[in-house]
Amino acid sequence: MKKRTFREWLKAWDEGEIDFSVPGPGCPETPGDAASSGDAADDRPAPKDDAAIRAYARRFRDREAALFRRIYPVMVVLIVAVISVFLLRVVTELPPFGSADTPANSSETIRRYLEDGLSETGAVNVVAGVILDYRAFDTLGESHVLFTAACAVLILLLSSEKQSDSLRVREILEKDAVLHTTGRVLIPLILLFGIYIVLCGHLGPGGGFSGGAVIGSALILYSLCYGPERVRKGLNLKSYRVTVLTALLFYSLAKCYSFFCGANGLETIFGPGTPGNLFSAGLILPLNLAVGTVVACTMYGFYALFTEGTV
Amino acid sequence: MSSFVLNFPLFMIILCLVCAAVGTLLPRAAARTVSLSLAALCLAAIFCVFLYVYGAGQEFEYRMGHYPHPWGNELKIGILESLFGMAFSLVLFLSLLGGKDPLDRLVEPGKGRFFYVMADLVLVALLVLVYSNDLFTGYVFIEICTLASCGILMIRGNGRTVLASTRYLIFSLTGSGLFLFGVIILYNITGHLLMPDLKEAVGALTASGAYRFPFLASVSLVSIGLAVKSGLFPFHLWMADTYGEAVPTSSAILSGLVTKGYAFFLVRFIFDVTGPDIFWQSGVQNVLFAMGAAGVVMGSVGAIQENNLYRMIAYSSAAQIGYIYMGIGLSADLGLTAALFHILLHALTKPALFLSASRLSARMGGALKFRNLQGAGYYEPAAGVYFTAAAFSMIGLPFTMGFISKYLFGLAAFRASTPKLVLTLLVLAVSTVLNTFYFARTVLRIYNAPKKPPAERQPAKDLPSYIIAGALFALINVAVGILSGPLTDLLGYGLSLF
Amino acid sequence: MLRILWDSRIQSAAVILFAVGFTTLLLNRNLMKKIVGLNIMDTAAYLFLTSIGYIEGRLPPILADGVADASAYVNPLPAGLVLTGIVVSVSVTAVLLALSLRLYKRYHTLDLDTIYRIVHEEAEERE
Repeated sequence: MKKRTFREWLKAWDEGEIDFSVPGPGCPETPGDAASSGDAADDRPAPKDDAAIRAYARRFRDREAALFRRIYPVMVVLIVAVISVFLLRVVTELPPFGSADTPANSSETIRRYLEDGLSETGAVNVVAGVILDYRAFDTLGESHVLFTAACAVLILLLSSEKQSDSLRVREILEKDAVLHTTGRVLIPLILLFGIYIVLCGHLGPGGGFSGGAVIGSALILYSLCYGPERVRKGLNLKSYRVTVLTALLFYSLAKCYSFFCGANGLETIFGPGTPGNLFSAGLILPLNLAVGTVVACTMYGFYALFTEGTV
Repeated sequence: MSSFVLNFPLFMIILCLVCAAVGTLLPRAAARTVSLSLAALCLAAIFCVFLYVYGAGQEFEYRMGHYPHPWGNELKIGILESLFGMAFSLVLFLSLLGGKDPLDRLVEPGKGRFFYVMADLVLVALLVLVYSNDLFTGYVFIEICTLASCGILMIRGNGRTVLASTRYLIFSLTGSGLFLFGVIILYNITGHLLMPDLKEAVGALTASGAYRFPFLASVSLVSIGLAVKSGLFPFHLWMADTYGEAVPTSSAILSGLVTKGYAFFLVRFIFDVTGPDIFWQSGVQNVLFAMGAAGVVMGSVGAIQENNLYRMIAYSSAAQIGYIYMGIGLSADLGLTAALFHILLHALTKPALFLSASRLSARMGGALKFRNLQGAGYYEPAAGVYFTAAAFSMIGLPFTMGFISKYLFGLAAFRASTPKLVLTLLVLAVSTVLNTFYFARTVLRIYNAPKKPPAERQPAKDLPSYIIAGALFALINVAVGILSGPLTDLLGYGLSLF
Repeated sequence: MLRILWDSRIQSAAVILFAVGFTTLLLNRNLMKKIVGLNIMDTAAYLFLTSIGYIEGRLPPILADGVADASAYVNPLPAGLVLTGIVVSVSVTAVLLALSLRLYKRYHTLDLDTIYRIVHEEAEERE
């Protein structure tokens, strides 16, 4: 390379003629897919002797990349080893496992959840009381994480074209007698079980999330056995959106009401009721229903978008 | 003013969630109107909250439900929280207002409304990160922020954008994983998740000397996790690809808001969970300082090597993130004031840069290489002026916010220990020189006489909204640059109340 | 030291799982395996969190017989947090898988190195 004065160097840099290309992974510098965007690629023809420089740069980049590839695993193993030793040392100094006297297990928080939870929330299942009453804001956020993910998947995978692979597989599946009979027996049972889990979330183990996932799996099985068109009769893209929207709106507004009342010291109209009854525990049962709907729809929606490109 | 105002943050959070849900059913134009009015409404409502809190001169804890801490979730409503809530809503409003044109051109057809849904979700996540008084709620909304910003990025839908979003998401999720591990360890040794109780418990732990190492581990995991998510050096690798490929409006929102939200949450963590003194005993601030200082230099060096306008701005973003973390690591009072001021500066400047760059480039037929942008400033006068103003602010010329920020960093450095003083001054000097180089190059380029007029004159759609948004960005920048006293006093006052 | 690690073996296992997940995430160039690695990391965090709430010899926090005595049940809070965490991890996985599906449709591979090479070549062709 010939020696440049600072002034020449500056000029070359300003013209973008100095190749700084760095090794390692990374996207190239031209912007935009010309086909899909208005930011058309740079159409200025390259300088004459550029090809040789570029080939040299590519060779250089490949060599550097190979070196990088050899060093990288060693680096990773070292870093991970340091982190694990660090975390294992943390584990040795943490409160002992399974003991009742740790800060987390003996705090006043836990005592109130367990001793007053029944009378304050009306939920026999203390976990349901904690996540849907004491710490309901977390759970509100959580169902919106699911909503965000559903929207993101919708953005990525929603397409109008039919997908031929799934059509072929489906034709085989739809003629299968074993699948149909098993489906006829299993799907109602799974659905029933899911609904039970949702409804009794405040009375025993379960709740909207687990029950919703079970109902979602029943919908997926139904779609596998009888084809997505049959599901689409009841749950097309429009009604899918409306259902999720209604459940989420109900959830947000109900919780807004209860947060507002709580913060301003007002009583809500939903009392804890008689613990142990189906219709008790205030808002927990309707909230579980709303969460169950959202989760079931989202789970089925994920499946349908991944296989069919639409709901 | 009655204390009813204190309900406004809750109302705004719920309203954002409702608007996001409703937005999925609306056509694009309506979804845009909803998002814009939502951001404006948030700005107005939080301004009322700010006035009330400022008048009362104290912070308020707002119960989310019937149970106070340590049992139920809470919000904390204070001066700094309201100030940053206002700033974030304002920047989102202006970015959406000015960024309509690139969105219309670049987003996959039929999916435009989801951009606005995701923008609403980013806003709610930021509001909760600003106001939440609970670490685990923070984690949940950090994840909403991550997923929504990923949605905002990939909405362009071409191969490279999807690749860049995947990379961004993986980086970001690693950060959340580290953050979550830190929170879990902290819960294990204190038994609390609400910030006021955590602070008490941490104080007691430090006094008794118990669980010193796990505490240190959890503080470093939380800090590093948030730093990874903000894109601090050496975790800034995703930035250039992401901002270089995404719709400029997405880049504006991501660089102006999302990465700043995590940095602000770290400030909240330092003040409301550990307390500044205990945090400064842990030594983690030195790591953040070193990474920040390295980030400033490496980001500027990266920017100077770029021939692509967007990627240059992206590297400059990495440098500015470095500044913020350098300020956090510098000192508890002045350093943090500088860092917070820099968050505001960058949130108000970077979106203006991205949006102006997008207009300049669109006018030159989508060119992004500097030599093809020659003379763009003449064909697109407004964008040229706004770009220049924002670039001056990034360099730190007087009468802009950038100057005040550099002044604050210098001031803070003189109160810190000698090695930090020397390093900070060195970094400030080097980065200012490099900034001047690459921004001056761009500004000179766009005001150089064009060799030939652009072949096709792109239609100047939606110009009024862009002109208004850009003018507001530039005006606020200059106004704060000239009259910075009240804002810096306010930041100091807010920090003293924190 | 080893004794303590064995006594809190669930937490040690969680840390090792975390390391395994992290290594998988960083070392594999295949997107699917990276996603599996991330999932292992998440699971490790949840295992750690669950183990905090466990108290030897106590019942799950379902007050079926109406006994509201804090010394009879395990800690209900970690269970609730893990529930939240699992939903977050499901959502994130779904988005990552959707992203990889899109990448596969565009580039017909899931190997990140190959994808980067294709992207580079496409860019050079265009120039």
